[in-house]
Amino acid sequence: MDISILYYLVPSVLMFVFGVYGFLTRKNMIAMLISLELMLNSADLNFVIFNRYLFPGSMDGMMFTLFAIAIAAAETSIAIALIINIYRAVGNTNVTDIKQLKF
Amino acid sequence: MDSVGNIILYFVVAISMVVFAWMAVTTTKILRAATYLLFTLLSTAIIYFQLGFEFLGAVQIAVYAGGIMVLIVFAIILTHKPNDKAAPLAAHRQLIGVSASVCGAILLLAALFTMPLPGNVSLAEAISAGGPAIDMHRIGTALVGSEKYQYLLPFEAVSVLLLACIIGGVVIARKK
Amino acid sequence: MDMTLPILILAIPIAMFLILGIGGVVMSRKMAGILGILGMGTTMVLAYIVAFTYFFSGAPEFINEFGERLQFQVFDYTWLAFTDKLVVKLGFLLDPISAMMLVVITTISFMVHLYSWGYMEGEKGFQRYYAFLNLFSFSMLGLVVATNIFQMYIFWELVGVSSYLLIGFFYKLPSAVSASKKAFIVTRFADLGFLIGILLLTFYTDTFNFQTLTSNPELVMQQCGGATFMGASVMTWAMILIFMGGMGKSAMMPLHIWLPDAMEGPTPVSALIHAATMVVAGVYLVARMFPCYCQVPASMDFVGVVGAITAFYAAVVACCQIDIKRVLAFSTISQIAFMMVSLAVARDYVPEGYHWHAPGLGYMASMFHLFTHAMFKALLFLGAGCLIHTVHSNNYTSMGGLRKYMPITHWTFLIGCLAIAGIYPFSGFFSKDEMLAAMYQNDFFWGAWMTMVAGLTAFYMFRLYYLIFWWEENPHYKEHKPHDAPWQMSLPLIILAAVSCVAGFIPFGHYVTYDGKPYDIHLELGVWLPSIIVAVCAIALATWLYAKKNDKPARMRAALPTLWEAAHRRFYWDEMYQFVTHKIIFGMICRSIAWFDRHVIDATMDGFAKVTQKASWQIRGMQNGHIQAYVAWYFFGAIALAAVVWFALS
Repeated sequence: MDISILYYLVPSVLMFVFGVYGFLTRKNMIAMLISLELMLNSADLNFVIFNRYLFPGSMDGMMFTLFAIAIAAAETSIAIALIINIYRAVGNTNVTDIKQLKF
Repeated sequence: MDSVGNIILYFVVAISMVVFAWMAVTTTKILRAATYLLFTLLSTAIIYFQLGFEFLGAVQIAVYAGGIMVLIVFAIILTHKPNDKAAPLAAHRQLIGVSASVCGAILLLAALFTMPLPGNVSLAEAISAGGPAIDMHRIGTALVGSEKYQYLLPFEAVSVLLLACIIGGVVIARKK
Repeated sequence: MDMTLPILILAIPIAMFLILGIGGVVMSRKMAGILGILGMGTTMVLAYIVAFTYFFSGAPEFINEFGERLQFQVFDYTWLAFTDKLVVKLGFLLDPISAMMLVVITTISFMVHLYSWGYMEGEKGFQRYYAFLNLFSFSMLGLVVATNIFQMYIFWELVGVSSYLLIGFFYKLPSAVSASKKAFIVTRFADLGFLIGILLLTFYTDTFNFQTLTSNPELVMQQCGGATFMGASVMTWAMILIFMGGMGKSAMMPLHIWLPDAMEGPTPVSALIHAATMVVAGVYLVARMFPCYCQVPASMDFVGVVGAITAFYAAVVACCQIDIKRVLAFSTISQIAFMMVSLAVARDYVPEGYHWHAPGLGYMASMFHLFTHAMFKALLFLGAGCLIHTVHSNNYTSMGGLRKYMPITHWTFLIGCLAIAGIYPFSGFFSKDEMLAAMYQNDFFWGAWMTMVAGLTAFYMFRLYYLIFWWEENPHYKEHKPHDAPWQMSLPLIILAAVSCVAGFIPFGHYVTYDGKPYDIHLELGVWLPSIIVAVCAIALATWLYAKKNDKPARMRAALPTLWEAAHRRFYWDEMYQFVTHKIIFGMICRSIAWFDRHVIDATMDGFAKVTQKASWQIRGMQNGHIQAYVAWYFFGAIALAAVVWFALS
């Protein structure tokens, strides 16, 4: 049995739609952030998979993923700083409680 | 023809990745969600290893599983009491989430299965087509070179971004 | 002729207006008054130099070898060139009537400036007052020297504005405010006719220029051609519409209603604007366009009929007014109407049987009367100002027996009354005699009718004179002794009285005639004798009735209560206007328009707004601030877009 490209892509798609599901349903902002990481992770995985199967000689997909991971780290740290700040102001981390632009 | 070990490893890792992803978005306890995310990320790292990108797998473990997960867990501990549980989902919320993900899945899978992808190339063939394994020397040269297929500019841009993000994080989160 | 003096004549008043208007707040009253008087005095001297140069220098551009006076454009600057033909120019036209008007305007304006120094002393806004006076002088000078009808229209509106500003000078009095609005709206309404007339005329003739229009009126007539509207030719309509502007400014019936109310302004303003200069702008306009009017006898008849009716009406009303300024206002209306009739009876040919007359006798007479009337009416108004200044009331009921207390005012006022009544040798006699001669020459009816009006004039003026200076002393004088005005106010009175005494002997026909040819004024026994007999009889009647306190006037009034009341209420013209504007225009027309506006136009707009609002209420749930809702919309949108692109491309 061969592990072809689809074997990797299908779990990646599933991980992505789970991320979408979680992002749309969870109220907790940290849980939303986790869902976001799932989606990002699935995208990273896709780059790598395509690099391996379609352009085996190069390593551009890998480089993309490398930078995406760096940016994800930056994004997560800012998001967490925001969440903590909102928690201080509102008292919880429910996304449904932050409807106003200004407090 | 791939080796049996690779096939078994693939199934274990792929199934654990999908299942933990599912559990991460459905569990009611936030700390558990973070833990399941960690497992998903580790599974992804193993896939990277399997695909022959050892450096990337190491980065995934170090940055994602190590750095980001620690940040998230810190945030959870700072903003939650030990036994906090998420309220059960409202029906319309559930409906929107399910319909969005199902629609997305149908579209993406349909696209996957209709696209002219090389479905008969096995992992081993793909790896052997790639020639010698990507070593650190190649990656390092590519990251700081300024020629074609080299990445000095994004590298520097990301360094500036990280700096901005450090400052921004401090400014946003500090107490007034 | 050099351009310097004419430009200075216009520039000094407008510069003074700007200096006093902008710098007035930081200026002392004395400074403002001296500046205004000096500025106007300089303008007067310059105007005299220009006028004397025009009349007496004998330069070839002013008078040709046959002794005919010529029109001369000192300059004609192109201001706005819209198209090749539609060009608005600003210029300076010197001809007999504009030179005469320069003299009249600057003289009266200077007198009023001087007089106001005493009269307006202590009033709030003294500097503003002088600024407005200068604005008015500038506008009026610009009007009379206009080289083209459009320039005249511009300055015509400017004098309207300055009149509005000065009538409403005491803007804290509601009556002054409403009077200024009334004056502005009524004259503005008339000016609409004027503008349409200008457009009509110039559309056919392709020129605004007076010289082009008046030097060859037959051509103008030809250009207007056979086009007719409602049975009258275009030219007739144009001339009548242009005259409508004159009707508004010169307070001809039925647009006279603003002038009596305009007396709410300071009295010197009434003397300058509403007696001597601005209100004769209508006469001046008709005189300016006289050759064109001659081409259309129908428009001349219109002018004459309007003038004759107005003259009689105003004279009758003046007999029954209590407010002395109103009497003078109606007298002004009547006298201006006199000039209008005189213009209307003038023809550009000599009628059969009058070979000793020159063509356009009425034109000359009308201008002559404009000149003399400006002097003695300004005198009368300034005298009335002195009376009001010392008695603090506008009504003759608070006066009486003042001749002993105010000798200067008394004598000058008497001279003014004699002049307006037309007694030899005062100036009014000569000018009125010429006007009546022109009227008799045209038709016996005109002459007889206007002789009667002249008699009425003598009667009401002497009624006023006796009620102010004779009748019976007001008991209040014991507490508050009336006295003559200070020298700034008395001096103009004396000067104007002197002018009124001698102005009749000016050989006016040598200077101002219709065709520029000199003409010797004849006194005709058949004209002056009846008129002077009528005037003397009227004065005698007034003396009999009003010289001493008695009950004859009261009995007369009791015998004809309806007539007296009607005349006192000005034959209910204001009430008629009130009825027409409020009941008919506001109540019926405007209300239906308002209904349409509110229920159709506004409702349509409201409908748009309501639909938009309803729709936005329906979809505002999308903008609920929930990030997940936005993400859901975004995600579904992205899926839909991807699907569409995919299916469209495959």
